[in-house]
Amino acid sequence: MAEAPNETLAGKQAVLEKMANHPAVAALLAWSADNLTGALYDRGELTLTVPSESIVGALTAIRDAGYNAFEDVTAVDWLPSEPRFQLSYHIVSHQYKERIRIKTWVSSNDLAIQSITPVWPGANYYEREVFDLFGIRFEGHPNLRRILMPEEWIGHPLRKDYPVEGYR
Amino acid sequence: MLDVGTPIVQAPSAEGSKDQHMVLNMGPQHPSTHGVLRLVLEIDGEIVVRLYPEIGYLHTGIEKTCESKFYQQVVPLTDRVDYLGPLANNLCYCLAVEKLLGLEIPERAVWIRVLLTELTRLNSHLIWLGTHAMDIGALTVFLYTFREREDILRIFEAVSGQRMMTSYFRIGGLAMEPPLDLFDRIQAFIKTFPEKIDEYSNLLTGNPIFRNRLMGVGYLSAEDAIALAVTGPNMRASGIDWDLRRDMPYSSYEKFQFDIPVSTRGDCWGRYEVRLREMRESIKIIQQALDGMPGGPVKADAPKIILPDREKMKTEMEALIHHFKIVTEGFNVPAGEVYQGIESGHGQMGYYVVSDGTAKPYRVHMRYPSFATLQALETMCKGRMLADVVAVIGSIDIVLGEIDR
Repeated sequence: MAEAPNETLAGKQAVLEKMANHPAVAALLAWSADNLTGALYDRGELTLTVPSESIVGALTAIRDAGYNAFEDVTAVDWLPSEPRFQLSYHIVSHQYKERIRIKTWVSSNDLAIQSITPVWPGANYYEREVFDLFGIRFEGHPNLRRILMPEEWIGHPLRKDYPVEGYR
Repeated sequence: MLDVGTPIVQAPSAEGSKDQHMVLNMGPQHPSTHGVLRLVLEIDGEIVVRLYPEIGYLHTGIEKTCESKFYQQVVPLTDRVDYLGPLANNLCYCLAVEKLLGLEIPERAVWIRVLLTELTRLNSHLIWLGTHAMDIGALTVFLYTFREREDILRIFEAVSGQRMMTSYFRIGGLAMEPPLDLFDRIQAFIKTFPEKIDEYSNLLTGNPIFRNRLMGVGYLSAEDAIALAVTGPNMRASGIDWDLRRDMPYSSYEKFQFDIPVSTRGDCWGRYEVRLREMRESIKIIQQALDGMPGGPVKADAPKIILPDREKMKTEMEALIHHFKIVTEGFNVPAGEVYQGIESGHGQMGYYVVSDGTAKPYRVHMRYPSFATLQALETMCKGRMLADVVAVIGSIDIVLGEIDR
């Protein structure tokens, strides 16, 4: 790891000032500085925000920079704010011994994002899970079907407007 | 690009087609599927052409349930996810919430956590070894490993009152000081345990049936392991030297000396070797934890987060108020998001906790290793005999509770 500040760096400007040499930040800047829309360094974890259209490009750039192991992708429903869904990709680097979070937002008008299975085939099940439980479509996914809920299920249980009890 | 699980919709018609494949349904009640895994296999004679896992039979919506509980009420839920390694679940969740809170944990609590988490790993590996050998046909080993597992469960019962659903690690430390004779009991256990590993090894390592069923079966290359997000012993058996305990240490693992067993074989035998050696490494860690066990409290000094002792509640008004507040209202956690990864018995476990500043988690996502490992099953079994599927499922050590959550 290049450097590890102790304090919280809120916002893109602060992160760029203190951590411009960080391999993930440098890789994203080299790939496309405009596509890095936000950054946060908090509690020892680096979060980089990119627009949803460029997620595949961003993750490819990150992967080529040494962040080789895909770990996790999941969504958070921020109902009623808009864009509604936050997608968090967690990527580990065996080389730098570090984990980073790539974050992107999906609006409820168009619940779709490019699948990252061409970059990491291992994202397959994770994207299916997000599709199943949040209803976000992954374009280009080889087999986008429900994975945990039954095939004929209606609704997406992890959305905030899905009731916890009572009749659906 | 690797093809991971396109569904097998229907059997290709046999007449007139060049391939005469059959679709076979394995599970969800098949004894070798370790729970309720259903595999749809397309086979050509005895050769597996395609394999498609159907999961979700154990889905209980734990992540959704977490959103309506207080932070401290989530701890018992985590036990039930990977039910073979309950304390590893507790540890991962507690570390994540402690990171959100910025809470420092007393050293003694941290060391006891390491000690018990390693025992959990032994527990998990023992069940793997017993069931794996049983799948292959060596029924005796199961009885031997469950004998030692019983000792471990008795230790868990001594510390927490529960054999499996322990909930012993709490946010801010441990539930209570462990019983006085605990360390002696663990010492007595690990004194004899290396001999027991030799015993399993004597039963299996030289056994020609066991060797032939495992060697060269279920090959997974290092590139595929990374591409398919396979972690833990399965990844290390493919030759990747990576372990979160050493490379991204948490919970003071950096203070312990241990080796990471790696095998370059990539087959079921490699996975067998790696796990067997991992058990010996766990014993080393347990021994170091016992030798260097620090004294002091087992709970952090945070009265608004940690339940007070019963004795204090009877004498101090403050403690009673805090107890009432925590139980009825919970405690607020600063807004933010954290991801905490640990190395569980099956691989990289991760808890992603998002807080909106209230007393209930806004979102808890659980990343469990078996979920990713299952994706690699088709890669390992393709082009092999049907009987090898059973050997491979046993060797990758999956727990359906953590796949379905």
